[in-house]
Amino acid sequence: MPGIIIAAMADGSVAEVKDSLAKVGYLADEPAALVSFLAQRLGKPVLVEGPAGVGKTELAKALSRASGRELVRLQCYEGLDEAKAMYEWNYRKQLLRIQAGGEAGWEDVQDDIFSSDFLLTRPLMQAISSPEPVVLLIDEIDKTDQEFEAMLLELLSDFQITIPELGQISATTMPIVVLTSNDSRELTEALKRRCLYLWLDYPGVEREIEIVRLHAPELSESLTRRLVEVIGMVRALDLKKPPSIAESIDWARTLLLMGAEDIDRETFNQSMSIIVKHRTDIDLVAERVGMKLAEAPSRAG
Amino acid sequence: MSPAASSPYGPRADAGPPGLAAKLLGFCEELRGEGVAVGTSEILDAFAALEQVEWTSQADFREALAATIAKSQDDRRVFELLFDRYFFRAAEAEAVQRGMNEAEEGRGGAEEGEGGGGERLDVDELGEQIRDAMAAGDEDRLRDLARLAIAAFGKGEGSGVVGVDVQRIRRTLGLTAGSQPPTETGEERPPIDREQLTAFERHLRRELERDLIERTQTLPPSRPLAELDRALPTSPTQDLAAVHRAVGQMKRRLATLGQEQRGRRQGGHVDVRRTMRASLETGGVPLRLKYKPKRPRRPEIYVLCDVSTSVTSASVFFLSVLHALHDSFRKLRSFVFIERISEVTDVFEHERDFAVVAQKISSEGGVADVSGYTDYGRVWLEFLTEISDDLDPRSTVIVLGDARTNGRQPHAEVFAQVAERAGRLFWLNPEPKLYWNYGDSVMAAYERHCDGAFECWTTRHLENFVNVVAGGVPAAE
Repeated sequence: MPGIIIAAMADGSVAEVKDSLAKVGYLADEPAALVSFLAQRLGKPVLVEGPAGVGKTELAKALSRASGRELVRLQCYEGLDEAKAMYEWNYRKQLLRIQAGGEAGWEDVQDDIFSSDFLLTRPLMQAISSPEPVVLLIDEIDKTDQEFEAMLLELLSDFQITIPELGQISATTMPIVVLTSNDSRELTEALKRRCLYLWLDYPGVEREIEIVRLHAPELSESLTRRLVEVIGMVRALDLKKPPSIAESIDWARTLLLMGAEDIDRETFNQSMSIIVKHRTDIDLVAERVGMKLAEAPSRAG
Repeated sequence: MSPAASSPYGPRADAGPPGLAAKLLGFCEELRGEGVAVGTSEILDAFAALEQVEWTSQADFREALAATIAKSQDDRRVFELLFDRYFFRAAEAEAVQRGMNEAEEGRGGAEEGEGGGGERLDVDELGEQIRDAMAAGDEDRLRDLARLAIAAFGKGEGSGVVGVDVQRIRRTLGLTAGSQPPTETGEERPPIDREQLTAFERHLRRELERDLIERTQTLPPSRPLAELDRALPTSPTQDLAAVHRAVGQMKRRLATLGQEQRGRRQGGHVDVRRTMRASLETGGVPLRLKYKPKRPRRPEIYVLCDVSTSVTSASVFFLSVLHALHDSFRKLRSFVFIERISEVTDVFEHERDFAVVAQKISSEGGVADVSGYTDYGRVWLEFLTEISDDLDPRSTVIVLGDARTNGRQPHAEVFAQVAERAGRLFWLNPEPKLYWNYGDSVMAAYERHCDGAFECWTTRHLENFVNVVAGGVPAAE
C-alpha cells in the first residue's frame, strides 16, 4: 500500500527525513537530507556526485530501507546498452511461439509475439512497471557513454519508456531515482537539467566520528576520535585512492578485533592495509603519517 | 525617497521590483552572467523546491536553490560566491530604500549581548573571545564579535577602505594564522586555522561594508566576480593543485571526446565466431550480429621537458604538468633536458610529492650540466639513439621548451627524423608567439616538422592544446 509508505517517509520535514535515514544507519548531512526530501516531494531524480567512497550508493540504499521500498539497481559500465538496461525481446520464447502455433495465421502470431509476455524486463523497465513504488539506483552513470545518457532522458523526465512495438509504458508508481557519478567525465547538460544536484564530500571530523560510532559502537570514544583524525591526515595526503568512509568503519572494526587501545605506530603499520590499498600510497602514508604517531610505549621496550 | 536614483553608481543600486520572485530571477540572471547555465526549467524547479522548504532557515533555502540550479562543483562555487553577495546587496538596497538605519535603531544589540555595555572593550578580552569562537567554529558568534570589534575600534573612524580596515582591526586584535604565543599567564593557546581567520575577516568585511552603505546610503557598484575568485590562477608559478585540477578536467574531457570519436560501433568488424554462437539461441538464425570490440587507442606518450635557466619560471609549470600527466596517463615516459637528456619516468612514478620530485630531478636528474645552457641539437641526437627502437607510428612526442639553442647547432634534421618515426609530434613553447624566432630561438626550424606548435604558459593554453590533440575545436582565446 503506497499510502502507508509515503506516510512513513515523505510526509513531514527535512528533519524527519534526516531522522528516518539515521534510523536505518545513514547519517546524512543537511544538504543530503534536504535533497532527499526534495526528491520525494518534487518527484525528481537526484544526481549525486563526489569522490569515491563517501556514501553515494549507500544513500540510495538507505533511502530504500527508510522508505521500505525495494531497491532496483542498475550498475553502469562501458558498453551498457538498452537491451541490458531497459528491456529485451525474448527471442527464444518468440521462436517457440511461432513454431508451436503452426495453425494460427501470421497476423495473430505477429500481434502475439510482440506483447508484454515476450518482454524480458531489465532494471529500468522493472523500476517503472513495478506495482509498488521502488528506489531506482543508477550507479556510476559516468561509466557509460553519452548515447546511454540520452536514452535515459525520457525515463528521467517523464518516467516512461517507449517501446516501438508496444508504445509508451508509463510508470504506475513514482520511483525515487538516484544517479551516482564519480565525476570521471562531464555529464551532459540535458541529463543534469532533469536532476537535482547533490555533491557529497568526505564528512567533517564530528560527523565521521558519529558515523564510525554508529557502525562500531564498541570502540571507545577517544579511540574513535583518534582514528578519524588519523584518517583525516591520510586523506590530506595526495593519494591515488584516499580512504573511504566504509574503510574507516572497517578499520574501526579491525582495531576492535586487534584489541588496540591506542593508535600507535606499530598498530598503525600493522593495520594500515585496511585503509590504504596502493603500493605507492602505502609508502607515502607510512612515511608521512606513521612517523608522526608515537612509538608503542609498553611493547617497544 | 529614492536615494538609489541619485546614486552615482547607476541603476544597479536600485532594489529592483519588489517580491521574492523578482529577486530570484535577478539572482539567476547574475549567475548566467557568470557563465552558469541556468535554464528556465531549472528556475521552475527552484520555485517548486522553495515551496517545500522553510524559508526561515537560510541553510535550507540556500541548499534548495543550489540543488536545483548549480549542477556541478564549479557552478556550486560560483553559486556560493554570488548567493552571499547578491542577497546581501538585495537586503541592503531594501534597507536603504526604506530608510532603515541600524546605527540609530538597533545600536548596542550586539554589545549588550556580550555584556560589554557601551564602554570600550578590553582589546585582549575581545581577542580571547574571538579565539574561542574560531576554535569552536561558531559562525553566528563570530559575526557578533566582528560587529563588536568594529564598534570597539570606532565606527567610521577607519580609513574608509574596507580592505585596509579589516587588516587594521585584525592586527590590533593580535590575530595571526598559525601557532600562537602563550598568554601572559603562560597558558598554551591552540593555533589559529587559516580558514577560520579568513572566515572572521569575511565577517569583518561584511559588517564594515554594511556600515559603509548605511553611511553613504548607496551600494558600491556590482562587479563581475574577479577571475581570481573562481578561475584557475594563470601565472606560470601557479600552485600545483590548480594544474592538477586543470589536467583532471582535461582528462575528463578527453574521456568524453574519445567516446564521441569512437561512436557506436560504426564500421566495426563482424565477429563470426561470436555471431554463430549467439545464433544458437535463436535456432541457428543469426538474428543479431556480434561485432569485434573496438579497442580505444592507447598511445605511448613521450614528454621532453626543458629545465634550463632560460625557462626557469616556466619549467616549474611544465614539471607540474608532467606530474599531473603521470597521474592521468599510464603509458607515459618523461625526460628532462638541458645540455643532455635524462629519463625521469621512475622519479615521477615512485614519488607522489611534487616538491620531492622537483628536488630529485634537480639533484639526480643527470642534467645539471656545467653551463646550464640548452643544447637542443645534442638532445635530439641522444633522444634518437636512446629511444629510436621504441618510437613507432602510434607514439606521441610532446616537447616542452623554448627552442633557444644558445647559438649551438640546432640539428633540425635529427629532429625531423624523430618527427618521422613518431606518429605525432607537438611542441609547447612557454614563450608568446611574438617572441618566437627572435634572438637565438630557432622555433621555425623545428616547427616545420611538428604536427602542431603551441604557445603554452597558462592552464588555458594547456586545455586548448589538449582540445586540439583530442580532435576538438580549439577553444577561443
